[in-house]
Amino acid sequence: MPPIPNAETHVGSPRSRVDGRAKVTGGARYSAEFTAPDLAHGYVVNSTVAKGRITGIDTAAALAAPGVLAVFTHENRPRTAWFSYKYQDEVAPPGTPFRPLYDDKVVYSGQPVALVVAESFDAARHGASLVRVSYQAEAHETDLTSRMGEAYEPPKKRSGISPPPKPRGDAPGAYADSPVKVSGGYWAAYEHHNPMEPHATTVVWEGGGKLLVHDKNQGVLNAQSYVSSVFGLGKDDVRVVTPFVGGGFGSGLRPQYQLFLAVMAALELRRSVRVVLTRDQMFTHVYRPNTFQTVKLGANPDGTLRSIQHHSVTGTSQFEDYQEVVVNWTGTLYHCDNVELTQKLAKLDTYTPGDMRAPGAPTGLFAAESAMDELAYATGVDPIELRLKNYTEHDENEGKQFSSKELRACYEVGAERFGWSERNPEPRSMREGRELIGWGMASGAWEAQMMKTSARAVLTADGKLEVACATADIGTGTYTILTQIGADAFGLRMEDVTTRLGDTTLPYSPVEGGSWTAASAGTAVQLACEAVREKLFKHAQKASGSPLAGAKLDAVSFAGGRIEVTADPDRFVTIADAMRAGGVDRLEAEETANPSKIDQLRYTGYTHSAIFVEVRVDEELGVVRVTRVVDAVAAGKILNPKTARSQVVGGIVWGIGMALEEETLPDHNLGRFMNHNLAEYHVPVAADVQGIEVIFVDEHDTKVSPIGVKGLGEIGIVGTAAAIANAIYHATGKRIRDMPITIDKVLG
Amino acid sequence: MPDNPARAATGGPAPARLGPATSPQTVAIELTINGRPRRLAVAPWTTLLDLLREELDLTGTKKGCDHGQCGSCTVLLDGQRINACLVLAVMKDGSAVTTVEGLSGPDGALHPMQEAFIEHDAFQCGYCTPGQICSAVALVEEGRARAPDEIRELMSGNICRCGAYPNIVAAIQQVLASNGGAGR
Ligand code: FES
Ligand code: FES
Repeated sequence: MPPIPNAETHVGSPRSRVDGRAKVTGGARYSAEFTAPDLAHGYVVNSTVAKGRITGIDTAAALAAPGVLAVFTHENRPRTAWFSYKYQDEVAPPGTPFRPLYDDKVVYSGQPVALVVAESFDAARHGASLVRVSYQAEAHETDLTSRMGEAYEPPKKRSGISPPPKPRGDAPGAYADSPVKVSGGYWAAYEHHNPMEPHATTVVWEGGGKLLVHDKNQGVLNAQSYVSSVFGLGKDDVRVVTPFVGGGFGSGLRPQYQLFLAVMAALELRRSVRVVLTRDQMFTHVYRPNTFQTVKLGANPDGTLRSIQHHSVTGTSQFEDYQEVVVNWTGTLYHCDNVELTQKLAKLDTYTPGDMRAPGAPTGLFAAESAMDELAYATGVDPIELRLKNYTEHDENEGKQFSSKELRACYEVGAERFGWSERNPEPRSMREGRELIGWGMASGAWEAQMMKTSARAVLTADGKLEVACATADIGTGTYTILTQIGADAFGLRMEDVTTRLGDTTLPYSPVEGGSWTAASAGTAVQLACEAVREKLFKHAQKASGSPLAGAKLDAVSFAGGRIEVTADPDRFVTIADAMRAGGVDRLEAEETANPSKIDQLRYTGYTHSAIFVEVRVDEELGVVRVTRVVDAVAAGKILNPKTARSQVVGGIVWGIGMALEEETLPDHNLGRFMNHNLAEYHVPVAADVQGIEVIFVDEHDTKVSPIGVKGLGEIGIVGTAAAIANAIYHATGKRIRDMPITIDKVLG
Repeated sequence: MPDNPARAATGGPAPARLGPATSPQTVAIELTINGRPRRLAVAPWTTLLDLLREELDLTGTKKGCDHGQCGSCTVLLDGQRINACLVLAVMKDGSAVTTVEGLSGPDGALHPMQEAFIEHDAFQCGYCTPGQICSAVALVEEGRARAPDEIRELMSGNICRCGAYPNIVAAIQQVLASNGGAGR
């Protein structure tokens, strides 16, 4: 059903975050900050070998330490689900999920092997330092390069992840015949999400076997079903409430081990327990895998693509086949008749990697869009011209139309704003003092999805509205956009609307991820509000001598606490009078938004971007600074330009980190990450981020979601690393195919 | 469910409550926290950060690393910005601490920096925000930063993983401008 028109006062306009006050005053509580009487504290002990068996755990000293209540290990772990599938969650890839403290096997370095629970955080930490674990280590392999030969195509596909399409035409043959060829191998390092809030769970023991769980995650319902499945608890006995999430970026999609440990301890000790991971323990669970790719492009001298071959090998754990979309992007972005795309995995003795902001896309586009830049140089065609020459109005991977695609406008508007026409393509042609200046660009794409989601709207006679959905606001602005949608549905002020999220007692939502939340929860809220409006309108017409008698719903507007005839606003009924006429003091509706099956069969939805970057490279020191970024984004309807811009800026900052700084370095002898802290794992700081300009290109799309929204969480990062690499080439004449592009590589 | 298999299997002592939380020898100190003098008994190893968060329920000050590497725990100690995770509470007997909870007025009126952060959308998840705001308030007091480059440099001890930096800089610039660009 198409949305009933009502004036858009808030939707589409810049609005400050409704949770702003809570966040700037310290009032917003995150999962480690809920408290309970008699709260006990858990501290995790992690394995120091990558593979082998635990031969003994000496807990005597820990148990004798003041304040220590219990030490949990695989030897005394309370009974949990026997079958590994019981540990599966909503986003688990194929395989058998990791089960904390399950047995004596060590399957990765940093695996939790014990939990010390004590009366205070200090005491638990002290106790943990006293636990002695002995191992029989076995030979491990954590180096992707040495497993390349055993790479395999995952036999079982991960649900929700499109596998590479079947080959089209004859890519190797067409490549051999192409007059212009470029090819290269690309490397992307391990990265860790490092949200500022470390993973934490506070389990409040409510008595009678009931648990109130505050857990850092991106989906309270996913956490709840995991807990109930693993511990055999009824869903009514486990309520998960997470109103604020201090950054997720994918790290909170799957339940992390602190949730298991905190719940286990609370059930055993029959009291409230909190487990908070340290920053270095944040390097002992999910991460972005490292990936090796090869790209071969064959083209005519005018730049027309004749052949695309893009292959990847990604590391995964021994126990799960994690999959993300790495290679499909080239086939989606460009027209080409001969395309071969494959993705393989290689098993390593590590934890299972997972979704990290735009999983697969910035990695794949780094290779694909670097190769396109190389092709631009090989053919002498301008990079934008080259992309326009190979532009496609079809998703040739899927054989479907795009629901909308304003990428052409992104190239145009972005180039104009950046001043691209001034660019001399010659590498090393711009310099200021010691610094070489380079300009590069790249395209970006990310799937625009919508997921089944429900929401509730409750309007009360005093003209206040509450909207509610179980989804999360991980900093994305969900509270704010849902408030805007609710306010506009009834012509209210935003202050009159309360949005509730992150609670398993609220209507259904999948995990918050994939950039689908605004489209999905936004539509659900819109539908619930429409249902309440219909009820309210019926009551308003019931009032004796109602000025709305005989009016049709689509001929009235909701504004200023009343329902008025749009063409004759003097004919109105107030919300309070309408409720009185209906003999109610509140109206409530819950609705479910479903993506249109027909549109999904016919169309694919993508957000697009064209990103332009200026870098300055110190020739003697090899230091790269990103001094200017212009990102033109086509993402359908923009609900709130203020928070939307912030989301894209954040994504670009991530792209800067990926291109230049972020790398978790494994020591393959030990099979563990070495730089597990924020001093040695570098993320961008204020000094690394200069002028960033985001432009939203107009894009009208009614197929991608009923409210025309495509989502913005990922589009900022996708093309950024490639554009930076291309700018570095322009500055220095060096094509660096190994991320992050650190000083040693620039000087090397 | 058996009573406590954890204890049974490890043969450790019964998990009876052991008197005061960790029963260390505590040290009596006095701190003025957000304008209110408080007498406190703290363990010698308790950081100012853990004191605030764990014992005083002032959870506005965040823990992001506990190693002085992220700035989430920034508070004002006698007016200076410091990382509360790097300070042992006992060392600061007699000091005055201002946390994010103490920046707004008693009537709830926000500090100009808090207002500016909201106006410029200088945060997303909000976890680094109290530290950023305390750091920014001190930066303005220090009177060292004027140009955006200086702000960026002098705010680089506060990581924002959400990447709100351009907006943080804009918020600080606004407050600096309304202050005539100098410390107060
Ligand atoms: S928690 Fe103190 S600097 Fe990170
Ligand atoms: S607002 Fe999320 S870390 Fe800064």
